[in-house]
Amino acid sequence: MNSFGKMAVYGLVLVLAVLAALNAHDSLFAAHAIVFALACAIAIVVTAKRAGASADTGDGEKYLDGVVRAGTIATLFWGVAGFLVGVTIASQLAFPALNLEWAFTNFGRLRPLHTSAVVFAFGGNALIATSFYVVQRTTGARLAFGNLAWFVFWGYQLFIVLAATGYLMGVTQSREYAEPEWYVDIWLTIVWVAYLLVFLGTLYKRKEPHIYVANWFYLSFIVTIAMLHIVNNMAMPVSFLGSKSYSLFSGVQDALTQWWYGHNAVGFFLTAGFLGMMYYFVPKQANRPIYSYRLSIIHFWSLIFMYIWAGPHHLHYTALPDWAQTLGVAFSIMLWMPSWGGMINGLMTLSGAWDKLRTDPIIRMMIISIAFYGMSTFEGPMMAIKSVNSLSHYTDWTIGHVHSGALGWVGMVSFGALYYLTPRLWNRDRLYSLRLINWHFWLATLGIVVYASSMWVSGIMQGLMWREYDAQGFLVYSFAESVAAMHPFYIIRAIGGAMYLAGALIMCWNIYQTIRGNKRNEAPMGVVASEAA
Amino acid sequence: MSDKKDIDHITGVETTGHEWDGIKELNNPLPRWWLWTFYACVIWAVGYMIAYPAIPLLKEATPGLLGVTDRGNVAIEIANAKQAQKKFVDQIADKSLADIRKDQGLFQFAQAGGKAAFAINCIQCHGSGAQGSAGYPNLNDDDWIWGGDLEAIYTTIKHGIRFAGDDDTRVSDMPAFGKDEVLEKNQVQEVAAFVASLSGQEADAAKVKKGAVVYEENCAACHGEKGKGGREFGAPNLADAITFYGDKQEDFARQVNNPRHGVMPAWTGRLDDNTIKQLAIYVHALGGGE
Repeated sequence: MNSFGKMAVYGLVLVLAVLAALNAHDSLFAAHAIVFALACAIAIVVTAKRAGASADTGDGEKYLDGVVRAGTIATLFWGVAGFLVGVTIASQLAFPALNLEWAFTNFGRLRPLHTSAVVFAFGGNALIATSFYVVQRTTGARLAFGNLAWFVFWGYQLFIVLAATGYLMGVTQSREYAEPEWYVDIWLTIVWVAYLLVFLGTLYKRKEPHIYVANWFYLSFIVTIAMLHIVNNMAMPVSFLGSKSYSLFSGVQDALTQWWYGHNAVGFFLTAGFLGMMYYFVPKQANRPIYSYRLSIIHFWSLIFMYIWAGPHHLHYTALPDWAQTLGVAFSIMLWMPSWGGMINGLMTLSGAWDKLRTDPIIRMMIISIAFYGMSTFEGPMMAIKSVNSLSHYTDWTIGHVHSGALGWVGMVSFGALYYLTPRLWNRDRLYSLRLINWHFWLATLGIVVYASSMWVSGIMQGLMWREYDAQGFLVYSFAESVAAMHPFYIIRAIGGAMYLAGALIMCWNIYQTIRGNKRNEAPMGVVASEAA
Repeated sequence: MSDKKDIDHITGVETTGHEWDGIKELNNPLPRWWLWTFYACVIWAVGYMIAYPAIPLLKEATPGLLGVTDRGNVAIEIANAKQAQKKFVDQIADKSLADIRKDQGLFQFAQAGGKAAFAINCIQCHGSGAQGSAGYPNLNDDDWIWGGDLEAIYTTIKHGIRFAGDDDTRVSDMPAFGKDEVLEKNQVQEVAAFVASLSGQEADAAKVKKGAVVYEENCAACHGEKGKGGREFGAPNLADAITFYGDKQEDFARQVNNPRHGVMPAWTGRLDDNTIKQLAIYVHALGGGE
């Protein structure tokens, strides 16, 4: 499509958005229609400015890397934003006065802001950016469909802005990790289909005979998330110009649909997608071959087959029928080794290069990430066992588990990938500072340890207090007493989160300086003084 | 792929011969421990599905060889817990509060049960230590508005105070002396000064003197000549330092002007009679029981 055609489409959507704002059923929908109209207006202006310049979509390079550069910066931006909101709500749990008695800063609205910001804004941008980079490198082909990748990038940012502003204003359909309302869901579907087209199109154009394992994982992530997103969000809007909708499902079917989605958001977004990342960046950074091709095939297919059935373990001891709970346990246990296949392939790829742990903090980051991955994917099946779950469910143990996976696995492997990418994307011969990466590494690692261990202690204590009976057969503690007992652990958790945030800020500084082309004058890493001399 | 074998020199393992952007793959077999653990997990999962309800069929799911269900387990646990408490619960049902209080075993049981029920149902208003707060009485002291013996406490819990859903609820309805213009504004201030003086607070002597007359004519009928209160009307003792809606003179004036009438729910129907008896025993034993 030429620039003129694009501007006409944007203009038409802009007019429709303005009309929707004027006739909106409620002010929240009007606000979002205005945001959408503004996005169209910006798109028109940008397209008009570009129209004068070269009609070529590319920048003359073999690969379309501009969108990866934008994705790198977006990942950093949303990461810091998401971590900051996380530290804020952690502090609110410790000190409720920090809710400030204001609807916009209330925990109930900031909590989905945090989860969506870290999972979809930080994690999603990291996945989109790295998948665009990896698929081009491993197929030898430029991204398909011209600038459609840019539409995916900016369309996804618009989704994030609509979701985030919606949470703050109180627009929610109250489905965990899928809070945005129906019109935002439709927009994300459009963007996601475009993403799938770009990815599949690039695979189709590939110059290599085989498809590299990282791309299997990325593709399974894109396809499955599309399916999960559409089924979980099937709803009937109250008005086509209103922000409220009602789910097509009800009761226990609704609960199971939500956790089928929620569990596989973890499985395919936070596991499969990031395994794709791991499968490219770990062998590249270590400069070693992948440990076992056969293991990668077997664990890929077993992982995606098992994961999709394990959702019911989120609904143990509820109205969900016994048989569904049993299947949830069975598939969770069978999922253990398929998950660990990725850990083995990641760790063993370092065989012959373990010495790099001493000198390369990026490898260190990737390895600790895989270690946390292994720990979380052991802990998950264990917590799915019903007798363990009866203690852990509804407690902070779950929060600790999620964060050892999210901060440890997802966060660290993304940081490693970004540190790998930055000098290559901006044509710098090295990063600004390796020692700052080391600082980031230790702050983040200790932050996770502080965070997860405080939540384990708090969660197990909470679970034990809830089930404590005295000799006469009466409950010993009230709920309020268990809340009071968690106070110190909430403070420790907030400190752990703040350490993790501090590490991310150091990373931003390091990457900013690298992009500017600066190099910090520093002693090399891991060189013993005697050797150096 | 070429016929030439590509060997990784560091590990001596053959690669698959593929290469993407410099990444190769070793042709290592599946780690044995991994494979056998995977098999073991699958076997365990199949066994688990045979033992428990698992496979949905047309009408219902396979029941599982063990024949246990979550609901069944809960029913068994509840039955066991009830059986363990039956001896005490039956006796509490049969005996009067006074007899329960005298029997050491029953008293301890009722104390424990009352404590647990209090922690779940009562602390929201009366506080985790039963210390109360403005508008919610402290239950640790001996200043009782409706009476502090076992029967009185039991009745209060059972029927509540000013609770619309209970015909036997306790009702006291102090008039809005100021708002309904029974008293002049200055009279309200004067009687408030007098009430302050009753508990030994400093107050304007002239006002106190006038207030005494107002009190005598309007308040003494319920709160008593000397302000000691009247439990039959639910009229609090004004002569002690324990107050209900604030202890300052302006708090008294506000209460005389337009009194607040707190509500406590009747727990009949929400709690069974046995639990209410246990609560009465527990609250009675907090410190101020009569």
